[in-house]
Amino acid sequence: MTEIRVPTLGESVTEATIGKWFKQPGDAVAVDEPLVELETDKVTIEVPAPAAGVLSEIAVKDGETVAVGALLGQINPGTGAAAKAPTESAKAAAAAPPKPAGPPPQPPKIAATDAPLAPSVRRLATESGVSPATVAGTGKDGRVVKGDMLAAIERAAAAPTPVSQPAAAVQVRAPSPADDAAREERVRMTRLRQTIARRLKDAQNTAAMLTTFNEVDMTAVMALRAQYRDLFEKKHGVKFGFMGFFVRACVQALKEIPAVNAEIDGADIIYKNYYHVGIAVGTDKGLVVPVVRDCDLKSLAEIEKEIAGYGRRARDGQLKIEDMQGGTFTITNGGIYGSLMSTPILNAPQSGILGMHKIQERPMVVAGKIEARPMMYLAVSYDHRIVDGREAVTFLVRVKEGLEDPARLVLDL
Amino acid sequence: MPSYDLVVIGSGPGGYVCAIRAAQLGMKVAVVEKEKTFGGTCLNIGCIPSKAMLHASELFDEAGHGFGKMGIKVGTPALDLPAMMKFKDEGVDGNVKGVAFLFKKNKIEPHMGVGRIVAPGKVEVKAADGTAMAIDTKAIVIATGSDVAKLKGIIIDEKRIVSSTGALVLDKVPQRLLVVGAGVIGLELGSVWRRLGAQVTVVEFLDRIVPGIDNELARQFQRLLEKQGISFKLASKVTAIDQSGPVLRTNVEPAAGRAALEIEADVALIAIGRVPYTEGLGLDAVGLKLDNRGRIPTDAHYATAVPGLYAIGDVIAGPMLAHKAEDEGIAVAEIIAGKAGHVNYDVIPNVIYTFPEVASVGKTEEELKAAGIAYNVGKFPFTANGRAKANQQTDGFVKILADAKTDRVLGVHMICTDAGNMIAEAAIAMEFGAAAEDIARTCHAHPTLPEAVKEAALAVDKRAISM
Repeated sequence: MTEIRVPTLGESVTEATIGKWFKQPGDAVAVDEPLVELETDKVTIEVPAPAAGVLSEIAVKDGETVAVGALLGQINPGTGAAAKAPTESAKAAAAAPPKPAGPPPQPPKIAATDAPLAPSVRRLATESGVSPATVAGTGKDGRVVKGDMLAAIERAAAAPTPVSQPAAAVQVRAPSPADDAAREERVRMTRLRQTIARRLKDAQNTAAMLTTFNEVDMTAVMALRAQYRDLFEKKHGVKFGFMGFFVRACVQALKEIPAVNAEIDGADIIYKNYYHVGIAVGTDKGLVVPVVRDCDLKSLAEIEKEIAGYGRRARDGQLKIEDMQGGTFTITNGGIYGSLMSTPILNAPQSGILGMHKIQERPMVVAGKIEARPMMYLAVSYDHRIVDGREAVTFLVRVKEGLEDPARLVLDL
Repeated sequence: MPSYDLVVIGSGPGGYVCAIRAAQLGMKVAVVEKEKTFGGTCLNIGCIPSKAMLHASELFDEAGHGFGKMGIKVGTPALDLPAMMKFKDEGVDGNVKGVAFLFKKNKIEPHMGVGRIVAPGKVEVKAADGTAMAIDTKAIVIATGSDVAKLKGIIIDEKRIVSSTGALVLDKVPQRLLVVGAGVIGLELGSVWRRLGAQVTVVEFLDRIVPGIDNELARQFQRLLEKQGISFKLASKVTAIDQSGPVLRTNVEPAAGRAALEIEADVALIAIGRVPYTEGLGLDAVGLKLDNRGRIPTDAHYATAVPGLYAIGDVIAGPMLAHKAEDEGIAVAEIIAGKAGHVNYDVIPNVIYTFPEVASVGKTEEELKAAGIAYNVGKFPFTANGRAKANQQTDGFVKILADAKTDRVLGVHMICTDAGNMIAEAAIAMEFGAAAEDIARTCHAHPTLPEAVKEAALAVDKRAISM
């Protein structure tokens, strides 16, 4: 008998919703064959079979929520007849070219909740009713320690509504007239959508958010692109897009205005001397923000390549949780949908987000004459608690300058 | 020219552990050692021989003073110092051979001689016979350890004025031993010779013994050592030792306001600390500068400013402890292999192997006060511990310091028989972020000394059972 359990889902992810079971009790399964899909706050993952045999029991049904380490089901060692089937499906699985939605690598270390809880944590859980599975651990390998429990109990006492409640609150609505009710459709939000909803609202509730605008003349970047497009694609094997320029321009501006790359932690400001830029990517399930790490150390082609790879994986639902963690600044491009101007919401706890928009030819006055120029409005939303207006405006001006005269990016001006 | 993935300079506890870990991770490893045997200071002239002498001298003392009351009549025990030295040497021999065996087992190639870094990735080994050999390597770990700190104007001859090295090979018990420095080494070796019959006086520059150890522990420790016949001159410094006559005449100047005095001694042990040992490494040649205390600056991954050159143990910052060097050796080998090596400097135990032993891990009360951290104290004396009472070894106590808010254990300090072994429990608890309550709710065998740790944990919450 082999137990199927919820794998470690990455830092800060403590629970998941059962998306769909691919197998029914009694079905033969092969090792590593996907058994069930789990939706988490950040990604959808598939749990592979830990052993070959027959799926004997499903412990949690579709749509139910489970904690990390929870029992999902059990596999019995296969009988002769059953053992044959898995071998075939194993072959099929092996033949299927890209592995669907990469399951997280089997963690070598013991998952936090697989380890027995400390005695103090067990006592506090029993006495308070707060489940350690819902508490983020700060101990070794993410274990929940007594201090974590005490803080969680304090929080629970201070706020009678648990953290997960806001999503529920959104759903509360007055009943519709009977006529209309019949013509409504009620669809449960995916966990990703719920997380997006919660995080966006959290960001608005926490930060003193403000947006400043500017516009950029894209002539120079477009000319550069037109001139080198073929050569660039041939050498680097990736399309020569605009994002690389924007990332480079932002990194250079972030270096000059470090507050925009910082975050608030209690009474402290944490300045990050690394530049992990999140690129918002729309998918059919919602917006995800994979992070290009250490952008200051990467060439434009490397950045373009990474963004292209992320875009592909986002569409295929293959982004991993790690891919989306650790960003220090975010770029979002509403222009691809035609937006001319918008006020992006911060990706908390970050303090800045750049909004790109549609490039549109507009009459501009250049040296006293009116010329048609490819223009884009730029918006940067920032957390006014730590970023001053002067800093935000300067930041945006630097981004603009870098894009209008890309030589500045090369010369670090 | 032989070439390696890693060359470790120095085969002490930092170096040899690093070499073995690197070999386990698939690297081709060489070790450079300037002495005749492996193991460095720790195995040859430090931890290991001093522990052998402490063990033997403790039993000698016990046979003379403790056996009678237990009903064991042996008369007055006689000391055979050469035999005791042989006992010590055998212990050292067994340990250094163990390292040689481990090198062989892990296919680590030893190069006997003084290692000098001629350029990044190039080490020259000069053997005792003057022949030199060049070695190529991808990475170098400097693990050259430390040397005895010298006292200005006093020359250590290792006969009458000795360092720890000489104090471990005295050919007879000195009638009067003067120890300069009330740190770990001075008090351990002072204890050895006190038990074997010497009159021991310890002179310390500071106004307290064992700096860095929790104050309350240090005070009780001093009282217990004084009861054993060791006398202390604190807040005093040795300015000169006159060795012209048959007896050493030491000039000791107390802190301002008191007159200088002269202390006569047959042997003086200089134990004022240790300094990083980087002589002959050729660090200048690769452009590496030492910090103001002679240590090699490294980043959090033990990398020096020179690519491919790492340093661990006593030559870098941090406490000069064998187990700290060992853990760094493992961490740096893992880092070089592209893994996530790490040492938790908040949880490094510290032990003084006297009688009773003193052991601590984590923050002292003084450190917590200075940092403004609110804490609770749980203390439990061995006079209330069943096993200690049965053994009539009730000196000492255990003290646990826990965060006032989260109950997380921040420091554990103990002075008692076997404290060195008992501190491991506290270190594990702290490594896992345990609360005092977690120790209190963990079943401890009865009757044992570690029950006092559990009782001290209970005492943090003011609910100790046995007092």
